[in-house]
Amino acid sequence: MTQANPTSTAQTLPLAEGVQGIVADWSSDQRAFKNVPWGKAMMWIFLLSDTFIFSSFLISYMTVRMSTTEPWPNVSEVFALTLFGRKIPLILIAIMTFVLISSSGTMAMAVKFGYEKNRRMTFILLLITAALGATFVGMQAFEWTKLIVEEGVRPWANPLGAAQFGSTFFMITGFHGTHVSIGVIFLIIVAIKVIRGDLDHERPGFLTGRKGKYEIVEIMGLYWHFVDLVWVFIFAVFYLW
Amino acid sequence: MAHAQVQQHAAQGQQHAHVEGQQHPIGIYLKIWGLLFVLSAMSYAVDYFHFQGYLRWFLIIVFMLLKAGLIVAVFMHMMWERLALMYAILVPTLLLMVLLGIGALEADYTFFTRGVFFVRGLL
Repeated sequence: MTQANPTSTAQTLPLAEGVQGIVADWSSDQRAFKNVPWGKAMMWIFLLSDTFIFSSFLISYMTVRMSTTEPWPNVSEVFALTLFGRKIPLILIAIMTFVLISSSGTMAMAVKFGYEKNRRMTFILLLITAALGATFVGMQAFEWTKLIVEEGVRPWANPLGAAQFGSTFFMITGFHGTHVSIGVIFLIIVAIKVIRGDLDHERPGFLTGRKGKYEIVEIMGLYWHFVDLVWVFIFAVFYLW
Repeated sequence: MAHAQVQQHAAQGQQHAHVEGQQHPIGIYLKIWGLLFVLSAMSYAVDYFHFQGYLRWFLIIVFMLLKAGLIVAVFMHMMWERLALMYAILVPTLLLMVLLGIGALEADYTFFTRGVFFVRGLL
């Protein structure tokens, strides 16, 4: 371990807890988030803003769905699949949910092994996470193709019922799928940094020039868990309503 | 006594300084993973067994909030963060309840006016 910077008081003086702690942290005339690297605090603030974006989409969806006078398509049947000669309702979405939750589990373990400086395990778990994420996007592409080609649903029209189904479906799942795809790309970048030893040797990043540290695995994890979190809400209000 | 407490705190602080970032036993992640699987299976079962009405809504929302809470608290380590960060991130999301309320009111009104419009068209 490196020696603590002697001018930094964050680790040596005890920090206040509870409500007093909040006031003390925010009024300390220093950084407000005491034991959190700033990159992580910034990721949290980005995720908060993303929460508002997704919530606006989901609340608009609720508003148009409640106000339409045309019947809403039966989502349970639209997303059914015929497996082993039997039609199972909503099974595609259920599998996608389990895939994404599993990727969240492997991501959480990658963060843990990262802080233990276990390069190999972190690399493997990050790659599994990326593979599960890519599987999810692949299944979503299959779902979109089925809806567009076979059912003829468009963002502006829907032969199955209310036209609002098409617009909200493509908007919400499209935005979420984009997040997953970007996450997969970044997971691969972080995995390469880990296995090359960039984080152990504190090599500067090619874009930011910041020293490589294992906290970037946790920051990546925050983003990835957020993508899973959004899916929890989409699954509940879009597919189960 | 206060002095002893301060010393104890300082000792804890030093312990924390040795551990970098968020480190927790792997068991907790596996347990939460399992729990998320069970909760997802249960919300899928709500649809599979055709629960309807308020029971359906109650179950869907309870499972949704439990899953969201577990992910934020454990996977995203929020339960181990200081309150300053926790409140900064979690409290603003409550504002969305206002937007939700406005959306619901607006939707009911639009639905009502559409009903009136279409019925008048028939007469």
